[in-house]
Amino acid sequence: MNYEEKLKEISEYNQNLVVMTAENRAAIRNLPEILGKRFIDVGITEQTMIGAAAGLALRGRIPIVHALATFLTLRAFEFIRTDVGIGNLPVKLVGGVPGFLSEANGPTHQAIEDVSLMRGIPNMRVFCPADHEELVEGLPQIIEDKSPWYVRYTTLQPIVKHYDKFVIGKAEILGDGLDVALLTYGFMTKESWRAKEILEKKGISVRFINMRTLKPIDTEAIINAAKECTLLVTIEDHFLTGGLFSIVGEIFLKHSLRSNVLPIALEHQWFKPALLHDVLAYEGFTGEQIASKIAVHLHNLEKGIETELHEKHVEPIL
Amino acid sequence: MTDQQIIELELRSLRVREHIIRMSTDGGCFIGASLSCTDILVYLYSKALNVSPSLLQDPNRDYLLLSKGHDVPALYGTLAELGFISEERLKNHLKTNDSIYWHPNRKIPGVEFHSGSLGHLLSVSIGIALDIKMRGGKNRVFVVLGDGELNEGSIWEGLLVASAYKLDNLVIIVDRNEFQANIKTEELIPLESIDNKFKAFGCWVKRINGHDFEQLENALTQIPFTAERPNVVIADTVRGKGLPSIERRADRWFVNFSHKEVEMLLDELHGEKMSELTAETLMVR
Repeated sequence: MNYEEKLKEISEYNQNLVVMTAENRAAIRNLPEILGKRFIDVGITEQTMIGAAAGLALRGRIPIVHALATFLTLRAFEFIRTDVGIGNLPVKLVGGVPGFLSEANGPTHQAIEDVSLMRGIPNMRVFCPADHEELVEGLPQIIEDKSPWYVRYTTLQPIVKHYDKFVIGKAEILGDGLDVALLTYGFMTKESWRAKEILEKKGISVRFINMRTLKPIDTEAIINAAKECTLLVTIEDHFLTGGLFSIVGEIFLKHSLRSNVLPIALEHQWFKPALLHDVLAYEGFTGEQIASKIAVHLHNLEKGIETELHEKHVEPIL
Repeated sequence: MTDQQIIELELRSLRVREHIIRMSTDGGCFIGASLSCTDILVYLYSKALNVSPSLLQDPNRDYLLLSKGHDVPALYGTLAELGFISEERLKNHLKTNDSIYWHPNRKIPGVEFHSGSLGHLLSVSIGIALDIKMRGGKNRVFVVLGDGELNEGSIWEGLLVASAYKLDNLVIIVDRNEFQANIKTEELIPLESIDNKFKAFGCWVKRINGHDFEQLENALTQIPFTAERPNVVIADTVRGKGLPSIERRADRWFVNFSHKEVEMLLDELHGEKMSELTAETLMVR
């Protein structure tokens, strides 16, 4: 069952579900016909869509709103924060082509500060499914939950079988390695999994942690990894500021923890616009590149050498 | 409307204005914009809106949303006069033991949604109006906008959507008091002809004197003005209405008067001489 079919199924038993879009129908092409008046396309008016979603929620509806992640979280930010956030209304924000998925569109379309912005809003929760299957599995719980949610939409097919049922605030932990813990979410789970396979071939034991929801976050999974593993690696198609690396840092401070953490994130600039596999290679985010960075870092840790994290100054892309 | 009814509304407005003046000390309030929309709110709650303290959870009630939230003392005063909150509670203005502050919030019975950031509640009203239409309801959604607020792009974006969805259950009332915060609208970002702007966006427009109860009645008893079009009432008003020492003064945006000045203003409201106000109490926020 895909995302659209799942929404259709939920809409049949939950009459309060309404689907909205700011003229982005990529994920919901067949719903206008099925939902009738419960499908509302407001045109390219992200602010109005969010305000109207708040109004619909005041009347008992659960609006699932769609737009490209960058326009949704940035153009309409104050409406999300002020109407949905302060109001603590059950509006579900679904952002299309987040992170690297915007490919060759350029920085205008790069939602790589979305997690930072959304998790900074009190009441707002954040779901970053690893793949389409996880998105569809988590969707009923996200819709049932009374809080507002931001969802990083993905069409990616699963690279691993998910055995653990989706539970809000619980990470999916694969493997119990003690050398390296890979902490990731969303699109980057695929390349991270590839890195895990490469590292394991080199005899490095790996614990793979797919965070699933970044807010609430699985604090226990992170603390255990920090206590048990030699190195934690956060991997995300997001700016270094405010994403998973920051979340880990916040947890460490709160719990007086200290550990070796290697962040793999976008640090200096928006990423090079290109086709997906070229973006990954250019920015150093392929499984092979990630594995090699980790191997070098582990080696340096053993030898007591400090790894240069800020390795290159990237020229502005525009 | 009979003369007796008009006198009753005028007396109610007078009491609401007294409440506003009493809220303009010990921290102060946005007095000018509150006084300009007082008669509009008094008329709406007394005559137009199907809402009362017992109907606040009724899905068939009429909704009123205050988009330019800084004029909320007029709403607090009106809600007190209509029995939504006690008059006693107005003494909690700006106190931490209550939630009666400079902008509206839902902890006050009768306040449908919070505001303060301009340009938000038209779209929230659109959502409410859409749901009422979806459910086949007959209730209406009234939203009060400031004229300065019309600078916000989200207003014009919202109008496109309201027209596209034929929201004739949506009533937009513009408190046309001719001022932005600190300057006349026509001197900064001219708005006229407002009527034609709204018409061009597909709305049906009536322009009235927002202090004249008969004109308010004539306009607001005819909703929808025409089928399938959003209703717009442009209510020409006077900022600071009722207090000649404040009326149409650019420097009377936010005020924090002394207790003595409040007494003088209450006398002025009742037709006594103009108050002698000190400059120290006039603040810009």
